[in-house]
Amino acid sequence: MPTFYGKEIESRLMLGTAQYPSPAILADAFRQSAAGIATVSVRREAGSDKAGQAFWELIKELDVALLPNTAGCHSVREAVTTAHMARELFDTPWIKLEVIGHADTLQPDVFGLVEAARILSEDGFQVFPYCTEDLVLCDKLLDAGCQVLMPWGAPIGTGLGLNNVYGLRSLRAHFPDVPLVVDAGLGVPSQAAQAIEMGYDSVLLNTAVAKAGDPVAMAKGFAMAVEAGALAYQADPMEPRDMAAPSTPVLGKAFLE
Amino acid sequence: MSQTVTILGGGVVGLTVAAELSGRGCDVTVIDPNGKPGPHGCSWWAGGMLAADCEGEVAEELVVRLGREAANWWQAQGAELTYKGSVVVALGRDRQELDRFARRTENHTLLDQTALEALEPQLADRFARALHMQAEAHLNPRVTLRALRKRLKADGVTFVKEGQAAGQVIDCRGLAAMDDLSELRGVKGEMVILRAPDVELARPVRLLHPRFPLYIVPRGDGVFMLGATQLESGERTRATVRSVMELLNAAYALHPAFGEAELLEIGVDARPAFPDNLPRITGKNGKIYVNGLFRHGYLLAPAMARMVGQLVLDGKTPEVWHEDRS
Repeated sequence: MPTFYGKEIESRLMLGTAQYPSPAILADAFRQSAAGIATVSVRREAGSDKAGQAFWELIKELDVALLPNTAGCHSVREAVTTAHMARELFDTPWIKLEVIGHADTLQPDVFGLVEAARILSEDGFQVFPYCTEDLVLCDKLLDAGCQVLMPWGAPIGTGLGLNNVYGLRSLRAHFPDVPLVVDAGLGVPSQAAQAIEMGYDSVLLNTAVAKAGDPVAMAKGFAMAVEAGALAYQADPMEPRDMAAPSTPVLGKAFLE
Repeated sequence: MSQTVTILGGGVVGLTVAAELSGRGCDVTVIDPNGKPGPHGCSWWAGGMLAADCEGEVAEELVVRLGREAANWWQAQGAELTYKGSVVVALGRDRQELDRFARRTENHTLLDQTALEALEPQLADRFARALHMQAEAHLNPRVTLRALRKRLKADGVTFVKEGQAAGQVIDCRGLAAMDDLSELRGVKGEMVILRAPDVELARPVRLLHPRFPLYIVPRGDGVFMLGATQLESGERTRATVRSVMELLNAAYALHPAFGEAELLEIGVDARPAFPDNLPRITGKNGKIYVNGLFRHGYLLAPAMARMVGQLVLDGKTPEVWHEDRS
């Protein structure tokens, strides 16, 4: 099971907490997903006097590790301020760092991300950066102090799955000892299974479950998918090959041309 | 001898329960320290759409089923209703959202451009497809609440700002009952009221949006209500620039003539909700609490009032009954 900043988590699934039909359905979805980590958005709900408290209390009752995020932050400064707010509210050094670079695609601002990651790491935060699958960027994030990488599968909310399988594989190969999480862009369980089969430690999703017609059933589907993916990865899958290889002897039959 | 009932709170729930019980012969007093309906209560800021079918996209079956009682009840109370259904559209790259919405809701017809033009001529050159939720209606919440209160007063319901509660107490105070109902929380909503004389819409239009449902409700005389955000926050003040911008952007995307609209009001309040976002009739220490109508005040209040009437007068346990022994 994955270990993030020294803390072992008993699940390969992380779930976001936004956009569910109700907090009760959110809680049911979490139970079915067996997710080990819940991400929580701080910025818009915070308001004055901890106005989001009632909802956060419901999240705390889920009894999973909390990973507050800086969703909706468009600058380094905003992200750093929000991270501090999150640390105070949730009493954790963990922060999922999002610095949005494009309002429309919600694509990360990779330059701001590295800067914010450095500032926060130096300040004692344990940063989970939402990044692209760019190898050089990921290298710089590690230099900045990150010990986890969270490359996107596809842009947030698209459900397109793993857009650049080559890039994601390459990251896994280059950073064999860094916990890697596919964050964002997953739509259906098979895509989560694919990421875990490739050796990714975990996947993070929100919309795919929250906006499904039946979020609770979809959560269960994802739980089973990450389990299937992990079994496959540990089982050392066969190598794909170009030619068919019959699994029964062909003696006595004509060879296929 | 008629039964004596004291209702705490004079918002949409309080007045609806008052109407139901006084209609069934109870001696009703409504206590509300704020007096008449106004900006202090969240039903003042509501959209007033009786849109049971649309809400079925996200809300549970209970909301849709109970919500379908609403239009007849309001009509019977003399409220002015517009029965023109509502229209659902999606912008550009969100087009497939319309198919998803259609899959998850009932009682709609798919409109092509020609059919849309017949219903809402000003939308037809901007949207090639739309859904018509033909069974839905809408009302003007402020006009409706004021008229209902006036009529109840004429019918002998007593309205006071303070006083001793007598008889069966029915607490309809919304978020103000949070101290008594531990699971109640506020869900912040922001809305805008505009005057756009160049825009003509005959019915509410819902614009599908990946983050929250946006709707525009015509209020007559070129006035439109534009709502609403939905944030997990109990805050009842402080409309943010981001929220208002998103609302205005959506209106502008729906019709560019909204760009010239006059901003009349920016409203903000929090809706009372339980963790399942479903309404409850709670029994606690002999009191009855009607609460948690969330974003469905005008839609669900009539069914809640009916159930309170059946509970108080016929001893029938409501399907949304919760016994609180804490």
